[in-house]
Amino acid sequence: MRLGVLCSGGKDSLFACWRAMQKEEVVCLITIVPANPESYMFHTPNVRLAALQAEAADLPLVEVESAGEEEKELDDLRRAVLIARERHGIEGVVTGAILSVYQATRVQRICHDLGLWCFNPLWHADQEAYMQGLIDEGFAVIVAGVYSAPFDERWLGRRIDAAAVAELRAMAEKYRITLTGEGGEIETFVTDAPFFTRRIEIREASAEYKNYNGTYRIEKAVLVPK
Amino acid sequence: MILIVDLCWKENSLSRYEFVSPIENIVKSTGAPSRVRHYTAVQDADLKDADAIILCGTALKDNVFAEDFERLAWVRECTLPVLGICAGMQTVAAAFGGRIEPNPEIGMTDVSVVGADGIFAGKEVFPAYELHSFAVVPPDNFDVLAVSDRCVQAIRHASGPIYGVMFHPEVRNEWVVERFAAMTEEGRGGPDAL
Repeated sequence: MRLGVLCSGGKDSLFACWRAMQKEEVVCLITIVPANPESYMFHTPNVRLAALQAEAADLPLVEVESAGEEEKELDDLRRAVLIARERHGIEGVVTGAILSVYQATRVQRICHDLGLWCFNPLWHADQEAYMQGLIDEGFAVIVAGVYSAPFDERWLGRRIDAAAVAELRAMAEKYRITLTGEGGEIETFVTDAPFFTRRIEIREASAEYKNYNGTYRIEKAVLVPK
Repeated sequence: MILIVDLCWKENSLSRYEFVSPIENIVKSTGAPSRVRHYTAVQDADLKDADAIILCGTALKDNVFAEDFERLAWVRECTLPVLGICAGMQTVAAAFGGRIEPNPEIGMTDVSVVGADGIFAGKEVFPAYELHSFAVVPPDNFDVLAVSDRCVQAIRHASGPIYGVMFHPEVRNEWVVERFAAMTEEGRGGPDAL
């Protein structure tokens, strides 16, 4: 089955892509670039770098701009999926939704209207197993944004390795946060994945942080051999 | 042992992560042993070893199981507690002579409990996640336990613990699976166990 993967650049969409690749044929990535940083549907920091990830994965990218207003952005998503169907003949869409009924419901409705399959291979996944899987299977993931206490500035740009997962686990036990950041506590960016032919090297980045709210903006990044 | 039956369109499909693994995780969390089998691979030994059976849901566009009800005819002869979820409820209904009708629904809806039953005890109205293209008209020998504005949401065989639920309990209503597993542990019997 020919599939398009909704890709924000974060760990969930790219791990969902990896799972989809192991079962079906992924033929493109689909990215919505919202103008609104508070987008309801789409993860925002560094989303434009999904183009670099698509290049690293040797996959075409369907990129659609969105004003990022609630519900209107669904029209933009529908438009992007339609483009993916026309250009790449997709028969289904893959998302990285884990717990968000809001996100899953809306993508399911669009797929239903367009007669497409919808897959959410991380849906209600065991969070521990998923985070361990990311590390074990060779994903390189950094924290690209923090939006909740108790995340401090140190987390911006930090690689999610075993030590970081251990720290996240301790924080999840103490505070009301999810281990995966699915509650919007953190956003991530993937610089390497098992299906990347080259990895992303960040050459310049800047961090902004205030009161448990910060972003790690990648200013310059290039593909380098693995 | 709870036998978890994967009704997705093929064995080890991409949908398994979404419709089978979450159920498997809930059953594991109860401490009950479990075994997963695709519906095309269920053996007599699996049914013999099982104390109860859960029939999982499928993707919205996946109705392959409904073209293969012959292969699932054992559900009608089953003497074990059964919980059919969405596609599983359709399988249960079809096995006992109910009808399946187009009735698509996606997202959260309110489910009202209308029949007395151990699994739904203490619940009156609860929000539930719907993801179905079809709904069921229950067979004659089934009681309706819960409904929504759109369709019948839960049924049970009049003489025992053979259940169907249209909503997906793995989303925000894990208690349905937990109570079914607990009931199985207590009952350890056939349709007359409750």
